[in-house]
Amino acid sequence: MYESMLNFPSGLFGEFERLRRELDDVFGASGMPAGIRSVAPGTLPAINVGKTPSSVEIYAFAPGIDPSKVDVTVDRGLLRIAGERASAVPEDDAKVTVYSRERSTGSFYRTVSLPDDVDASQVRASYRDGVLQISIPRRESTQPKRITVQ
Amino acid sequence: MSTQRAIQKTQEQETRSVLPRVDVFEDESGITLLADLPGVPRDKLEIKVEGDTLLIDGTVQPQTPEGLEAVYAEVRVPRLRRSFTLSRELDSARVDANLKDGVLTLRIPKQAHAQPRRIAIQAG
Repeated sequence: MYESMLNFPSGLFGEFERLRRELDDVFGASGMPAGIRSVAPGTLPAINVGKTPSSVEIYAFAPGIDPSKVDVTVDRGLLRIAGERASAVPEDDAKVTVYSRERSTGSFYRTVSLPDDVDASQVRASYRDGVLQISIPRRESTQPKRITVQ
Repeated sequence: MSTQRAIQKTQEQETRSVLPRVDVFEDESGITLLADLPGVPRDKLEIKVEGDTLLIDGTVQPQTPEGLEAVYAEVRVPRLRRSFTLSRELDSARVDANLKDGVLTLRIPKQAHAQPRRIAIQAG
């Protein structure tokens, strides 16, 4: 079973996934310790973290937000992303019938703990196609160096 | 035997997809559909109307630098697909699509004859 970012796996297993999640809520997560800042599966925006030898890359999948209003801060090894998204569905309009309101609205807040070797003063963030991409370079001295054998 | 299983697994991975979340609402002149498709660039999005079925099919492809190694991934299925059946009073030939910041806005107008019309009552 994979956990979908969007809580809607398609096909036959969608129902089982939903049942599993509901049971998880009732009986609590499996006894393994989780990261102290980890969130319930399916919290939006979904986050992917990757690394290259020279940087740490964080992708927050947050479509339809105003990038100037997102708060990205790095504080003592912790990256925080906070923002909000307004609903695009017209409310209280008698002439409009709403059939589905699945897209999340309201404020969001995610944190990612960063490894010790990042240079927090050089964070670069960009927003493209609904993905907030945050790139933090890793300090020079910790990058792997090749040692030549005489 | 195991290569056959490996081929089947790759095929399954290629067709695995996730349903994007949508908002759908209708007003007098048509239906508006908003779909969350983060990370899908315009050239990786296909919108097809076949008969009375509307299909949205996008591939998530964020910009990744050279040598990127995944550390933690909540998005693991890079394909967003969802289809809808359009009822006959919708004019599927005049669908208007706009993709901005990962949000697809589709506007499907009603056929001209299906729009509400007030019928004037003749006197006498």
